[in-house]
Amino acid sequence: MDTLRFITCGSVDDGKSTLIGRLLYETKLVFEDQLEALKADSKKFGTQGERLDFALLVDGLQAEREQGITIDVAHRFFATPRRRFIVADTPGHEQYTRNMATGASTAQAAVLLTDARKGVLTQTKRHSRIISMLGIRHVALAVNKMDLVGWSQFTFEEIEFDYRRFAQDLGFESITAIPVSALEGHNIVESGSAEMPWYEGASLLQWLETVPAKPSETGQPLAMPVQWVNRPNHGFRGFSGRIASGTAMPGDKVRISPSGVESRVKEIIVGHGTATEASAGQSVTLVLEDEIDASRGDVIAAASHPVESADQFEADLIWMSEHPLPPGRPYAALIHTKAANLSITHIKYRLDINSGAHLAAKALGLNEIATVNLSLDRPVPFAPYKENKRLGAFIVIDKLTNETAGAGMIHFALRRAVNVHWQALDVSKAARAELKRQQARCLWFTGLSGSGKSTIANLLEKRLHADGKHTYTLDGDNVRHGLNRDLGFTEADRVENIRRVGEVAKLFVDAGLIVIVAFISPYRAERELVRSLFEPGEFIEVFVDTPLEECERRDVKGLYAKARRGELKNFTGIDSDYEPPQAPEIHLRTLLIKPERCADQILQLLRS
Amino acid sequence: MNDALFAELEAESIEIIREVAATAAKPVMLYSIGKDSSVMLRLAQKAFFPGPIPFPLMHIDTGWKFREMIAFRNRTAREVGFELISYTNPRGVAEGIGPITHGSAYHTDVMKTEALKQALDLYGFDVAFGGARRDEEKSRAKERIFSFRAPGHRWEPKAQRPELWNLYNTRIHPGETIRVFPLSNWTEADIWAYIRRENIAIVPLYFAAERPVVKRYGQWIMIDDERLPLEPGEKPETRMVRFRTLGCYPLSAAIESSATTLDEIVAETLGATTSERQGRIIDHDGAGSMERKKQEGYF
Repeated sequence: MDTLRFITCGSVDDGKSTLIGRLLYETKLVFEDQLEALKADSKKFGTQGERLDFALLVDGLQAEREQGITIDVAHRFFATPRRRFIVADTPGHEQYTRNMATGASTAQAAVLLTDARKGVLTQTKRHSRIISMLGIRHVALAVNKMDLVGWSQFTFEEIEFDYRRFAQDLGFESITAIPVSALEGHNIVESGSAEMPWYEGASLLQWLETVPAKPSETGQPLAMPVQWVNRPNHGFRGFSGRIASGTAMPGDKVRISPSGVESRVKEIIVGHGTATEASAGQSVTLVLEDEIDASRGDVIAAASHPVESADQFEADLIWMSEHPLPPGRPYAALIHTKAANLSITHIKYRLDINSGAHLAAKALGLNEIATVNLSLDRPVPFAPYKENKRLGAFIVIDKLTNETAGAGMIHFALRRAVNVHWQALDVSKAARAELKRQQARCLWFTGLSGSGKSTIANLLEKRLHADGKHTYTLDGDNVRHGLNRDLGFTEADRVENIRRVGEVAKLFVDAGLIVIVAFISPYRAERELVRSLFEPGEFIEVFVDTPLEECERRDVKGLYAKARRGELKNFTGIDSDYEPPQAPEIHLRTLLIKPERCADQILQLLRS
Repeated sequence: MNDALFAELEAESIEIIREVAATAAKPVMLYSIGKDSSVMLRLAQKAFFPGPIPFPLMHIDTGWKFREMIAFRNRTAREVGFELISYTNPRGVAEGIGPITHGSAYHTDVMKTEALKQALDLYGFDVAFGGARRDEEKSRAKERIFSFRAPGHRWEPKAQRPELWNLYNTRIHPGETIRVFPLSNWTEADIWAYIRRENIAIVPLYFAAERPVVKRYGQWIMIDDERLPLEPGEKPETRMVRFRTLGCYPLSAAIESSATTLDEIVAETLGATTSERQGRIIDHDGAGSMERKKQEGYF
């Protein structure tokens, strides 16, 4: 006996919930007390008149029962003497692409539902593209509501033909079309429907019982991400994790990625004992012969087939957040057990999930799918998703809200990091600053438009200059006239604006200068990204804290008035957010202190 | 049931338990003394073998658990050697709150839900394991394995994170907590078969024996101590009964059974025609009652 995890795709109208409800009912997974509840519910919410409404067995949350739609991923369980099943039941509407991807990520097979009266629809194609992208290889096309088309063989074969022609490029290993009626129970459990004698194939349940469930990773070379280092005392050190591919045996020569250190497997601990071998899918603890260092996120692999590491990738990305993805913004990522910082460097194209067309895109919105280039802040052991799901899948996490904002699948590593070597120069930053008898610094002013950033920055530079310091000021408006004149004020452009200025500031600091940057820089994530470019102590965040009402009252450039009239879009504080710093090095409350005193405060800090 | 199936179920649960150990600041395992907790405990032992379980186990004691449950709890903690925390809501004790005097809903709210929140806050636990399974109840079918609770322990269906592959996003802000359910994908039949295979010790109340009971609302309620007042016309009798689930004693109904061995229990479970939660009086409080309790912070 084994377990098959499968996903059902289709909308409420296709009879998906009815189909699953019937599978549960027919496999005796519905108990008497639940049946009583179902009878009562059928009367109250049912759409089937006096008959039992099986859909009510699976629509769980009260809110969605009232709305009559399924809005999340539900997991159902049933079993036959041959197999145990876990069904991921997901909604079919386009706005739930993320839920379908979630359900498909752990499934080995898919049941794709179509309405016999409607045939292959746009949504059938959309669902097929998603499950193909997530790596599902076996599909049953359940042509439902055959009772409503007079059990017509012709209709069924036409739909099957259409679907096979459409799906030929999606990489499915097998497609099985089955004519069914979920409502009447034809070809669901038993095959050989009296109404459809022309169909001689398997029933849906028979297909589910026989479709291959074993992941292909078992036959590959050994790879296991280290999940947890088990060190209960000085005498024992084991590396715990779930084997991603292949088989481990004592004596096997292994290599750790990314360190490249080699050793041999001394002992395999499974549960409370030792095992002579363990294979893909098992949670084990490996004890190695040598005392070597490996930590969470490293991968132990067969020495003959070490796992590659890289920090730049091409990948498919499904965006799951209401908040759009601007390229360049730093996110947190988790790939197998390895945590890293991630940013999307380039959106190659967005996939129109309905038509399959490739579209140009500057940002990525909720439920959109794209092929992107991405960059990590450290090398990560990986494998292409197509070869190994566990080593090629990753999630993207918003660092501010901590929500899971995206899910990705690695295609391959980009070799950029290997080809572009850092040119080591003999005259160092310290040497340049020494010559100027100063310490190179980046003073980053952030605050609302009209808060007084430029005024204070200007005063400060004059004072520094008078002191014989070498300075340079990067002003938001000025830079937008040259270097950044191709950028607008959308969130994506603002992120890129700050990224470029951050890099320029870094070069100037490298040249030994004291750089003053006066930019609204509304987003915390970008300011943190810029901070990470500098060495500790080099970056000084100056929060010019002037309340919005005061900025608007001053309105030096008349911009607030314009924004209020709707003539200026994406204006910070009006229709675009400002995220104040949480722990700035210097906090200037301009309502309480004059600009001259503000400059003094900064000078004091620089001298100390 | 065979070895491959258990290897798979075990592997997933152990991966989940280790993921918490690797990422949480201060995890705790909630231990309800029931069969699911017993399985979860065994999996935690396996996850960290040969080391000890690197977090404490906590029992929320409502003061109305069967006496045999408490004895079993203390014995198990000694034998397995884990750190046991027992917590009871002091307000409930001071006000003398119980299921008989205050009704099942209020008792559960104060002595379980409120007590759990108090205990998590008191010790500063950021992640708590629970033994809930998705097959138990309809609203649980949509529960994540890592379930996020906003400050104040509120569960908001809309704020739950998508769970793809085996990649669990465990990042939280101060004040937020996570409930983690390593047994999400186990069924009741899996639990019993695993208990039999692994020979896991369970509370004797799961086995049929002659016990003093009364019939109330059509269900068999066991008389565990003198705190259960008899209604007019109720007569205690001795019956061969056992429990499919265990909770507070006046709230858990027994079933008539002659199953005195694990084999007989497994056979009875596989042939059962009613769901296990039928014996839980809490589920019958009203439509969507479990969903509502969960939003309020019930496990």
